[in-house]
Amino acid sequence: MSEAADLLDPEARDRPPDNQLIDLDALYRESGICGMLAGMDRELVGLTPVKTRIREIAALLLVERARRSIGFKAEPPSLHMCFTGNPGTGKTSVARRMAGLLHGLGYIRRDHVVGVTRDDLVGQYIGHTAPKTKEVLKRAMGGVLFIDEAYYLYRPENERDYGQEAIEILLQVMEDNRDDLVVILAGYRDRMEVFFRSNPGMASRIAHHVDFPDYEADELLEIARLMTADMQYRLEPEAERAMADYILRRMAQPRFANARSIRNALDRARLRQANRLFEARGSAIGATDLLTIAEEDIRRSRVFTQ
Amino acid sequence: MRLTQGQFSFLPDLTDGEITRQVQYALDQGWAVAVEFTDDPHPRNSYWTMWGNPMFDLRDAKGVMMEIDACRAAHPDQYVKVLAFDSSHGFETVRMSYLINRPAEEPGFELLRSEGPGRRIGYTVRSYATGRPSGERYGGETRHGT
Ligand SMILES: Nc1ncnc2c1ncn2[C@@H]1O[C@H](COP(=O)(O)OP(=O)(O)OP(=O)(O)O)[C@@H](O)[C@H]1O
Ligand SMILES: [Mg+2]
Repeated sequence: MSEAADLLDPEARDRPPDNQLIDLDALYRESGICGMLAGMDRELVGLTPVKTRIREIAALLLVERARRSIGFKAEPPSLHMCFTGNPGTGKTSVARRMAGLLHGLGYIRRDHVVGVTRDDLVGQYIGHTAPKTKEVLKRAMGGVLFIDEAYYLYRPENERDYGQEAIEILLQVMEDNRDDLVVILAGYRDRMEVFFRSNPGMASRIAHHVDFPDYEADELLEIARLMTADMQYRLEPEAERAMADYILRRMAQPRFANARSIRNALDRARLRQANRLFEARGSAIGATDLLTIAEEDIRRSRVFTQ
Repeated sequence: MRLTQGQFSFLPDLTDGEITRQVQYALDQGWAVAVEFTDDPHPRNSYWTMWGNPMFDLRDAKGVMMEIDACRAAHPDQYVKVLAFDSSHGFETVRMSYLINRPAEEPGFELLRSEGPGRRIGYTVRSYATGRPSGERYGGETRHGT
């Protein structure tokens, strides 16, 4: 636009030219989130609704950055989140990845997660809570504050509970320090709902509610494969079939904790494998023996005898 | 008289944005950042009062800025400085130190000469402010008779 036109229409100066071209794909590549999203797909099985939501947030932040780059108004969106789901559905794992993503997208300054529970925020006596909560907030600034089982902050049965004080400080910071901190609350769905019902201030500050579904049996088997590979072990084919049986049985039992139950089962299978090798220590063993988890290492689980 | 002590002392007072960047630099070096304050501006006064503990476990300057703001709000009429302590072997010392707050009025220093035997002169520097008890030196907080 020429200077003369500027003079005729003073507002034109504040308005970005509408013919400027933006290379969204270049922004996408520069941010490095492409690799992070691919890593998430590779290392986290299933969780389609969660991954979809994360992609949407990434798109939002990229477009916001594009808008800002040519001078449009671009209010940084509020990104406080709540992750709900049963035990072992991957809430903590995703929260840890969130920091990397939001950092890659330029939304937070630092790629760190400070994970806390009630005990880290709430004090034992009058005057103890505020400094404790502030200490945690200071450490989390610039990154992600992850509050696991957030509903324990609120104890309605105790009128004088200090948790309320921590909640109020959090509310203040979530509102005033949006550019400095992303708060992620996590917990079981029903209890989280009760918590929000009694803390509407908190509910209104959370922009994204993400629900983590329970895993299907085939997803759990895939998770088992990933975990064994990660630990540098191998399930022999019969052991893999045994694992599939194990999963079906374990899912029907009480205190089933999704992926965490799989991790625990594998830890016990390693224990049995080690014992089996140790018992047979008379003969020399090879690298394959050290690597392999055999069918019996899994079938000897209590799950099969109950 | 404008007090000049520590780094940057001949520059204009740092803005909050500049303080943030200096603090972030210190944190990036792995130094622990501390905040201290005093109303005794004598250059040999090395015992300033600590504002809380040094911050060992912070990664982002915003956490330090929260403490700086709190200290300045509690002592608007005193000197406040930021220190960065390097605990690594061989240093184990303060690597940065600069003022981030000063009283509105700084009366400055008096030079006292005392004449000794043989017309020898001894010199002493005394700040006008320390003539009054601590806490009443710079008007602000607990002024007498008001
Ligand atoms: N989709 C997945 N793919 C691979 N591994 C997973 C997946 N989900 C969870 N895991 C693994 O399962 C374990 C438990 O996951 P995580 O701690 O994230 O669950 P959680 O939802 O936070 O559980 P809790 O509610 O009990 O705290 C971790 O070792 C994690 O690596
Ligand atoms: Mg968890």
